[in-house]
Amino acid sequence: MPDALFLSNLHVYHGDTCAVRDVDLHCMEGTVTALLGRNGAGKTTTLSAIAGLLAPKRGAIRFFGKPIERLGPEAICRLGIGLVPQGRRIFPTLTVAEHLEIAARAPRHEARRVWDRNAVEEVFPRLRERRRQLAGSLSGGEQQMLAIARALVTNPRILLLDEPAEGLAPQIVSEVADAIRALKANGLSILLVEHNIPLALSLADECVVLSSGEVVWRGCAPDLAASPDLLNQHLGVH
Amino acid sequence: MAFWASQSLNSLALGGLLFMLAAGFSLIFGLMRVANLAHGALFMLGAYVGLASVQAGLNFWLAALLAALAVGVVGGLIERFLLRRLQGRTLPQVLLTLGLAFIIADACLMVWGGDPMRLPPPEELRGAVRLGDLAFPRYRLFVMGASCAIGIGLWLLIERTRIGAMIRAAVDDMQMARAIGISASALFSAVFCLGAALAGLGGVLGGPILSVYPGLDADMLPLALLVVILGGAGSLLGAFIGAYLIGFVYTFGQALVPDLAYVILFLPMVAVLAIAPNGLFGRRLS
Repeated sequence: MPDALFLSNLHVYHGDTCAVRDVDLHCMEGTVTALLGRNGAGKTTTLSAIAGLLAPKRGAIRFFGKPIERLGPEAICRLGIGLVPQGRRIFPTLTVAEHLEIAARAPRHEARRVWDRNAVEEVFPRLRERRRQLAGSLSGGEQQMLAIARALVTNPRILLLDEPAEGLAPQIVSEVADAIRALKANGLSILLVEHNIPLALSLADECVVLSSGEVVWRGCAPDLAASPDLLNQHLGVH
Repeated sequence: MAFWASQSLNSLALGGLLFMLAAGFSLIFGLMRVANLAHGALFMLGAYVGLASVQAGLNFWLAALLAALAVGVVGGLIERFLLRRLQGRTLPQVLLTLGLAFIIADACLMVWGGDPMRLPPPEELRGAVRLGDLAFPRYRLFVMGASCAIGIGLWLLIERTRIGAMIRAAVDDMQMARAIGISASALFSAVFCLGAALAGLGGVLGGPILSVYPGLDADMLPLALLVVILGGAGSLLGAFIGAYLIGFVYTFGQALVPDLAYVILFLPMVAVLAIAPNGLFGRRLS
């Protein structure tokens, strides 16, 4: 399996502050990689740099071998990287249907599955019921489903998911988790940032742990789940 | 009675012109966060190009179309070759548009001279419609209708089309819109062209009412700014209602207390800013 995403020696700054330092990371096609760490460890910064929202100061980002670290966010999206950002960032003045309409893009590679409006409404039936509604009036869970659906209809080859369970009721969390499992079963590559560690471990194949902007551990999910010391030290859980 | 009726119609006609000017200004500001101080100059440029085309023998409607296109192209060139280089730097952008306003105004003075000129209205719209003892100039009725038609057209474009949804998404959250593949660069050019073309069209349609003279730009720009501040930047409805409100306040202010026309104009704005800093229909833009 080729690397879908490959980061090497990545440095990203917020102004003068170094938020991500010398990060190496790779996501294999068709797997879920979890990026874990405490608040401020540099997880969201890493995703933002991949999506082109922040320009890295140094280092390389390759997407199926192609360097993308100098491209703008629209070009990166068109190559096949879908972003589900922290805080969902839906457009409050657009309806649910309009979100899917403006994001829709034909797949530019041999896709296992083509994501169009019908396909995402099958995964998230609530979006079908809310089609004509303004996204600003949706519940938090529905907004999260919309944010995922909006990224899916761009027909990405990899999905960047930033805290999909943040601020959601437990029942909605399991609904969103089921949807992510379905995407994974479909063969979509996913890079996941999640604070809910049990959830992240149940979804991920590989895990990378960040602390203060640097990689402190990497390995497969079951190994991390079996290391209470590691979890406690870097993630603050047992 | 006749005074009130005819001044009301004058207010509505001025409001219509202000809407054409302010709608583009407001759209550009909402999307790009650029206060385009050259907007008044683009309005005047439209008026001069329209006048020159009519003098060259074109009929009024073709002249209006030509002026709108020409000013739209000028706007597109300004965006693509000048503003683009200053992206995200508010102060240099404002200074650039201010400088362009002076350059366009001086170029107009050089080409067309300093004498005020009147653009004749098209023949089919000369004269007045009589209602009882009241006479309403046909042309002013037309300007009012045209501005309503343009308002509805813009509303349909923004609210009912895919490109309109893209514009709203970019106004809501530019970075996120780009992250789902929307080209900010193409949207900026399209909206700047459209805003400039509307200003140019407003200039031609305003020619028969305001006449065409050096300084028209500086007379119109503050009114457009008032409209946008009153209505709220980025809001089409705000621009529409603000334009007609300012049209009435300015026209009646000048007719009733000419010495205080500007005071009467700016006082309500101070009140609005104190009570609703984002304007009557604006929302907070990040």
